[in-house]
Amino acid sequence: MAAVAAVPVIAAAASPLQGGRELLWITGGMAGVVALSLLFVQPLLMAAAPPLLTARGGVRWHRWGGIAIVTMVGLHIGALYAYSPEDITDALLLVAPTPFSLYGVISLWCLVLTAALAATRRVLKLGYKPWRILHSGLAVALVGAGAIHAIQIEGAMEEYSKLAICIAALTATTAGVLEVNVLAPMRRRRVLRDTRSSGRG
Amino acid sequence: MSGKIIVVDRRALLAGAAAVGGARLLPSFVTPAVAQSSTSSSFSPTETMPGGSNNYIANAPLVQNLGTGFVASGVVRRAGDGAPLSNVRVQIWAATERGGERVTSNRGSVMTGPDGTYRLEISPIVPQFGQPHIHIAYDDRDFATLFLRPVLSSRHDKSITADFVLALASSNEPRRS
Repeated sequence: MAAVAAVPVIAAAASPLQGGRELLWITGGMAGVVALSLLFVQPLLMAAAPPLLTARGGVRWHRWGGIAIVTMVGLHIGALYAYSPEDITDALLLVAPTPFSLYGVISLWCLVLTAALAATRRVLKLGYKPWRILHSGLAVALVGAGAIHAIQIEGAMEEYSKLAICIAALTATTAGVLEVNVLAPMRRRRVLRDTRSSGRG
Repeated sequence: MSGKIIVVDRRALLAGAAAVGGARLLPSFVTPAVAQSSTSSSFSPTETMPGGSNNYIANAPLVQNLGTGFVASGVVRRAGDGAPLSNVRVQIWAATERGGERVTSNRGSVMTGPDGTYRLEISPIVPQFGQPHIHIAYDDRDFATLFLRPVLSSRHDKSITADFVLALASSNEPRRS
């Protein structure tokens, strides 16, 4: 798991393209790569919680993962804005000539909504069920759009490790969403039924 | 690498096809103008491309080259009759192996020759902001300001050809977007 997440980051950092780049450009680009890798780790921390983590520990790490993703995306956009304000303004306003900007912006707004919901969940008195459904839907859109964004970009990322981390992130997110929304409720239902029938018998 | 009036990419082709298709649906009194501008016999002015003026710094100095390994060239023509324009200043800037678009040694101007052609050798182009591309500007008095942002068909390309057609300055307000 660590290898799948770390290899694309290391490969991008080692790209010969980094040689001629200014520091802000490198920072902005690499922050995006790290964010993409975290999108693979993030659902695993929670739903498919590795055997090493207890459920409560998973929640805590998942929360820190979320904060890390928001930070990395902020750095990705912030540093690239500082490097070339016009290109980023075009991208954010959806007038850039680059097709991948649209997917980056979709992913960004999904992230903003996700973070806002996570921060205000208690205030909004969102119960667990609407929360998991909203959070799952946003997560799938966020990772899907983020993966398209990454794949369409010609840059420092090495092609095969980029494709691998995108597929891994999509798979992990899909698995996590299925676990939280389908498999876990089914298990709970079975446990309920079993206890009911055993109580009766 | 390709392109006659302008470097053609897939999206431009699709947009063009859509425009031609759409034009057929228009009432007949509108169609002739559209049809005329899409034929190659008359030279309609090349349009500024989105993002074309990004990282533009006016008055790039005249240079012999911006390194070696990549060649940008093309023919500059006048709108209408398509006459080649000589002694026109073409400004070029691009991200290269040596740094981004804002690096001083990555931007320069060349003049067109008597046959309207310009040619500038540059260090190998690298993708900036996700696409390998160069920027070309015409930003002087006689003709309308024009900003192009042709994308290389591959980042390993060694050259790009971008021909363009300039409109008279009076017929068209300078645009910088």
